[in-house]
Amino acid sequence: MSDISKKSLSELVKLIKKKEIKSEELTQSFIKNINNDNKLNSFITICSEEALKKSKSFDKSPKLDLLLPGIPIAVKDLFCTQGIKTTAGSKMLENFVPNYESTVTKNLWNEGAFLLGKLNCDEYAMGSSNETSYFGNVMNPIAENTVPGGSSGGSASALAADQTPTTIGTDTGGSIRQPASFTGTVGLKPTYGLCSRWGIVAFASSLDQAGPMTKTVEDSALMLEAMASFDKKDSTSINKKKENYFKNLNHNIRGLKIGIPKEYRVDGMPKEIDALWENGKKILKDSGVEIVDISLPNTKYALPTYYIVAPAEASSNLARYDGVKYGFRSAKGNNLIEMYENTRSEGFGDEVKRRILIGTYVLSSGYYEAYYLKAQKVRQLIKEDFDQSFKKVDAILTPSTPSSAFKIGEKKGDPISMYLNDIFTVPVNLAGIPAISIPAGIDKNNYPLGLQLIGRPLDEQKLLNIAYSMQKKINFKQSINRWWEN
Amino acid sequence: MSIDKDKIKHISKLARISVDEKKINDLTKDLASIFKFIEQLNELNTDKVEPLSSILNEPLRSRKDEINDGKIRTKILENSPQKNDEFFVVPKVVE
Amino acid sequence: MNKENKKYLIEGEKGKWEVVIGLEVHAQVISNSKLFSGSSTKFGAEPNTQVSLVDSAFPGMLPVINEYCIHQAIKTGLGLNAKINLHSVFDRKNYFYADLPQGYQISQYKNPIVGEGEVTLDLQGESKKIGIERLHLEQDAGKSIHDMDPSNTFVDLNRSGVALMEIVSKPDLRSPDEVNAYVKKLRSIMRYLGTCDGNMQEGSLRADVNVSVRKEGDTNLGTRCEIKNVNSIKFMQMAIIYEAQRQVELLESGKKINQETRLFDTKKNETRSMRSKEDAHDYRYFPDPDLLPLNIDNKLIEKIKKNLPELPDQKKERFINEYSLSAYEANILVSEKEISDYFEEVVKTSDKKLAKNWIIGELFASLNEKNISISDSPITSVKMAQLIDCITLGVISGRTAKEVFEIMKETGEEPRKIIESKGLQQKSDPKELEKIIDQVIIDNKDKVAQYKSGKDKLFGFFVGQVMKDSGGKANPQLVNEILKQKLK
Repeated sequence: MSDISKKSLSELVKLIKKKEIKSEELTQSFIKNINNDNKLNSFITICSEEALKKSKSFDKSPKLDLLLPGIPIAVKDLFCTQGIKTTAGSKMLENFVPNYESTVTKNLWNEGAFLLGKLNCDEYAMGSSNETSYFGNVMNPIAENTVPGGSSGGSASALAADQTPTTIGTDTGGSIRQPASFTGTVGLKPTYGLCSRWGIVAFASSLDQAGPMTKTVEDSALMLEAMASFDKKDSTSINKKKENYFKNLNHNIRGLKIGIPKEYRVDGMPKEIDALWENGKKILKDSGVEIVDISLPNTKYALPTYYIVAPAEASSNLARYDGVKYGFRSAKGNNLIEMYENTRSEGFGDEVKRRILIGTYVLSSGYYEAYYLKAQKVRQLIKEDFDQSFKKVDAILTPSTPSSAFKIGEKKGDPISMYLNDIFTVPVNLAGIPAISIPAGIDKNNYPLGLQLIGRPLDEQKLLNIAYSMQKKINFKQSINRWWEN
Repeated sequence: MSIDKDKIKHISKLARISVDEKKINDLTKDLASIFKFIEQLNELNTDKVEPLSSILNEPLRSRKDEINDGKIRTKILENSPQKNDEFFVVPKVVE
Repeated sequence: MNKENKKYLIEGEKGKWEVVIGLEVHAQVISNSKLFSGSSTKFGAEPNTQVSLVDSAFPGMLPVINEYCIHQAIKTGLGLNAKINLHSVFDRKNYFYADLPQGYQISQYKNPIVGEGEVTLDLQGESKKIGIERLHLEQDAGKSIHDMDPSNTFVDLNRSGVALMEIVSKPDLRSPDEVNAYVKKLRSIMRYLGTCDGNMQEGSLRADVNVSVRKEGDTNLGTRCEIKNVNSIKFMQMAIIYEAQRQVELLESGKKINQETRLFDTKKNETRSMRSKEDAHDYRYFPDPDLLPLNIDNKLIEKIKKNLPELPDQKKERFINEYSLSAYEANILVSEKEISDYFEEVVKTSDKKLAKNWIIGELFASLNEKNISISDSPITSVKMAQLIDCITLGVISGRTAKEVFEIMKETGEEPRKIIESKGLQQKSDPKELEKIIDQVIIDNKDKVAQYKSGKDKLFGFFVGQVMKDSGGKANPQLVNEILKQKLK
């Protein structure tokens, strides 16, 4: 059989269900790819022994009526996995082994999958290039020394390098969609509240959302079906009936209306991205979709709003990392305050510290109204922009990122330039709505570029259907030679 | 509104993060540029806008008054940086 | 009554000063589990055994609110005649301390669950209304133990996350006595409602005391200082007296009061400033994004209102009318629910006047002597009723009843058993009494003659003799009647 690690998740599930492949051989093929890699640095923890054990025990008594039977899955190291180190890409949690399992990963294991390893990410999910991880930079499989995007950089890299058949990430300002765009893969951020946040290391509580990162749209539908659930332990979890996104996936998008927001055409946008966007419109038109020009007037304020709200929530969420209960504690410090200051200075990296300071500032006495409260008002306006638009259209089409993958180190010195990576993705998180990035083309360097579809709250099925239809027409094929292998 | 070193030192104290004297100049520069960026929001008049109170249109869900947690002391303490069977242990507060 | 005479004033060197006091009372909510987690709230458990992953703030943990705690806050608000806010918000109060695992406390800042209300105090026959500013729900912190080790602090998170109601008064209190009455009243209301047990030794009730002073007659408020975490009424009063004096001395010497947070040192009996609190006030409150706003509907409030037990003020009015009590007596009997229940059980069957006298008098004295509560007294309401009935039925005299009571309070025996075993029954047979009286008259002919010639005071002498000769058991009323007859 040809390299099974190259196959999509849905194909693998089919093969397992048809008993044409065994979980053990599947798992072996991924482990081989992981072990052969000495450049990408996509993994922080590799669970080969445990995964093989689980694969063998699955093969002994396979449960074939589950959604992900016998599938090994590596996950972003932000999901707490019981008994397996969970670092959040930080020195602060370098040796932290949770004795509990996140709801989303538990849902995967309940559907027959098991843990293959923990994937590298920007520290505490703060970053757009996986250059802030304590465990080193991650490389994008598309070209040496390019960034995979972030913060779910390790996830996107491992997926594109066939080191895991599928994976899950988290998206707070674009951390699933942007790396998906940079690596030529599919990344979905569901509606806020659709997937439980319990057991995920929190960055910005009102923005964080777990989502699938996959090779195809149908894989994404399958994963979402497994991941999404109502969780009593999460007060922001939506109580709705489970949907069969995979089973109900179809190409019938004729008659739908798709909006093109004029504010997303930013100055200096590369011609290739514009061309990609135009091509996307054409494909949709050919499928019987009506293209509608819309306006999201407050778009340009989304990024500044995000960089007030997210750091503010993060500064509070990261206050628990104080060296008292778990994680790193500095050896220096004769009293409690010194212990706190040293632990947090040594344990956190520069980007995290920057964001905590921003967040502390915008909440501080005398600045709360001018910054945080103001940002929450602008956020309301941004949400209303989308609400208004969705009265006219069923979904919105935009580019995913303002550029393709850049070189490692290229944007390191300039925080604003780094933040601008998320210009198209951030408004979606502020509004709490779902969006998916699908690979739509390549640039002059043959680097992949993504298109983003944004949908109404809880309208994932429609979003997936549109993406599914586009995927077929675009027929994006990526063949990467494994330059990172020995 | 300007960000200066003293402000940063004050904020760091609030956040319990000690800032290296060597790094403080770069940090001041970075934060100043970030603040300039986020101050774009001042272009918008939001006097008549209500701040977003919650991204979900749902009521706050509550739970019944049942004891269904706790009694897991070993689990709670097993990740402590300073091991003890009964308590969390930290350096003394200087009062 | 001239109110001016009753004002509490401090005599400074340069004039008289008024003390203005506001209290922030923290009351632990009675509930099985904590405010945002399912751990038990029971007092006295082994350290860190009532702690969940949520309570100890592990990565990825989230709060879910306890519906019963919401009801308890509403109940208390109704008991304070306060406005229940239909919309309220939970905010994070951010600061660092070893017993605050999240690095923030979930509290309520600008939108508390309960708004303005009032409490009526009874101060020596006068009533005074104290305004309530607000009541909100918040998490309690854990416990830091500093004295187990010279260089380390030990942290127990059992208490971390237990629901607290913070009740903020308006600055309407003017003296240590008023503070005493206020705290007792709050405590009583919450105990009646079953929303807080008010057990100050166990820490269920503590207060931050805000004190400022101003010249007598001045209507502006002076700069106040906050004395944190005082856990007994006595200490509150001592702290107020010390602090007010300190402020008066400072102001009279031309100095200014620094608005600051202070601690009351119970050993030295003085308040002192807490170290470096300048930035402690910047709590950076913002709405907790892990929770949604709390919206209550009027139906819930009506339902809770309907099921409220009778509160002290209502009960007091009823007692005054139903049992012909004075305001003073009614006050004492409603001060604790256990006492009012006890009283009502006794008067169900027995004479109400005797009941009130015996309970307020002898019973309370015995409780004080033994430092126990009425529920722990060996003299149950049933036994008390029995004792009173024995007096009413003439089985024993009032004086004998005191003897019986003394035995009851030690042994908890039934009064009838004591009377029987000690043969304390009153002699009420007129024939038997006549015999004794006749004998006394015969033995004291001279005194009888003196009495008959006008020395009325000698009547007591005859009564005394009869009582002596009857071993103290003669029925006093009958003795009086028969003697009067015989000495005519």
